[in-house]
Amino acid sequence: MIMLSQLSEELKGGSSEEYVSRLFEKIKKSRLNGFTTLAEKSALLAAREFDRSPGTGRLAGVPIAIKECISTRGIETNCSSRILRGYVPPYDAHVVERLKSEGAIIMGKANMDEFAMGTSTETSCFGPTKNPWDTTCVPGGSSGGSAAVVAGGEAPAALGSDTGGSVRCPASFCGIVGLKPTYGMVSRYGLVAYANSLEQIGPLTHTVEDTALLMEVIAGHDPRDSTSVGTKSYSFLSGLEGGVSGMRIGIPQECFGEGVDRQVEKAVWQAIHTLEGLGASWQTVSLPHTRYALAAYYVIAMSEASSNLARFDGLRYGLREGEDKDWHTTFSAIRAQGFGPEVKRRILLGTYALSAGYYGRYYLKALKVRTLIKQDFLKAFGQVDILASPTMPIPAFKIGERINDPLSLYLADVFTVPINLAGVPAISVPCGFAGRLPIGLQLIGPHFGEATVLKAAQAFESATSFHERSPEVV
Amino acid sequence: MITREDVEHIGWLASIKIEDEEKDELVRHFNSILDYFHQLDEVDTENVEPTYRVVELDNIFREDVAYGSLTSEQALKNAPRRENGYFKSPRIV
Repeated sequence: MIMLSQLSEELKGGSSEEYVSRLFEKIKKSRLNGFTTLAEKSALLAAREFDRSPGTGRLAGVPIAIKECISTRGIETNCSSRILRGYVPPYDAHVVERLKSEGAIIMGKANMDEFAMGTSTETSCFGPTKNPWDTTCVPGGSSGGSAAVVAGGEAPAALGSDTGGSVRCPASFCGIVGLKPTYGMVSRYGLVAYANSLEQIGPLTHTVEDTALLMEVIAGHDPRDSTSVGTKSYSFLSGLEGGVSGMRIGIPQECFGEGVDRQVEKAVWQAIHTLEGLGASWQTVSLPHTRYALAAYYVIAMSEASSNLARFDGLRYGLREGEDKDWHTTFSAIRAQGFGPEVKRRILLGTYALSAGYYGRYYLKALKVRTLIKQDFLKAFGQVDILASPTMPIPAFKIGERINDPLSLYLADVFTVPINLAGVPAISVPCGFAGRLPIGLQLIGPHFGEATVLKAAQAFESATSFHERSPEVV
Repeated sequence: MITREDVEHIGWLASIKIEDEEKDELVRHFNSILDYFHQLDEVDTENVEPTYRVVELDNIFREDVAYGSLTSEQALKNAPRRENGYFKSPRIV
């Protein structure tokens, strides 16, 4: 296991080009289907540049994979959707600018559920990504490509986005680290919107330290995102080794019991006891509205999606086939051809939830329940410093197992969506295995409590060796 | 209960053409998902304010200074149909 900071130092010996081309060779032979577009030419050019003059960037020479929905100048960005095939952004997302300014090399785009709508990366127009630990299983979603390429050794780190668990779920299923920051901490400028009041960009890495480093690079105020908050920059690495002595951990009683796999439950409890052994204390807390979180989340996410995805009409970018008829007929045909079944389902249900006569029953009601869920978290954080739960109630499931039953897929997000509704930060770290499939521990902090969450995750990682295991992908 | 006619109407509102053979499955999925959503009815939200934004922000102001934007060439580059420096849309009237 090599840390990003260490990798950058080692590459300064003049071997970045060789390292990057080795990765591309591996990707081309890979069965994971983790990458959609490879930026081989520009990446090798950047690597050669680095070998000539490494510079002082904190990610100098380090190749990074970027989720399909994050804009990359000159590299196709299509959200794994037919409707956006061929779209090449004329600008970089804020996070990509930040990575480049620290010397990182953009390798290409990572597969995802179409428009980030999914828990399994099966709804992509490029076909499903496979889990490196068991290629008959899903990698989780929606940032499944980002997680699989990191876990499978095809990229040292990646960026994903998390609307209802889309960084943490694949991190958990693929046995790596993934963080969903506080809403507003990382600029969404250049992130193609799905459900804008819920989503944040976050890192997927092998270690907590790497996640802390990437967060220092990508977090910070950006005036181009009107919901961006906080200061210009943050420091996460300096306090990382602070330990958990005296830290109070809350265990939400709603996150254990019915519906949670036995092996997951056991691994997460062991993790809590590990943290206890390191000097933390734990107590049970209650988040009583958790049982309504999934319904509230899906109403809000679908409603926002129906509005955000109204822009895809084949006019300014994307698919435009056939002869033009009248406005409505033309757009309706383009959207019918361009969107996959799950995206259509969510746009249609969101349209229904926002339509005359139903707004109060669904959308407004969900926003009020969101208030109660947020208050549950605020109350809990009055008693404890962080919360701990399983990231996912189950280990990775088989490809094809749930895709035809949308509701059963939605239910897998039960522990991740409340975090997005409340806007608080949460990390998933590897904490065990069910057979050969990884299990993730979710640590949740109060708004802007990233430093505390990372410190606890670091203490856990240092005391365990789950993050050191890697899959044997053929 | 959502019906085939409802699905058609929602498709019209969302500007997504729905083929006849898609309708039955959509009706089935919509009813099972909406049925799940109806558990929200159990929650007492009397006197609860809706949360539009999780992190409270005041109005954000900036200096009234112009900054750069895309050139028209950049903005048009991805348009599948264009004419004389404009996006070409289908007929509106």
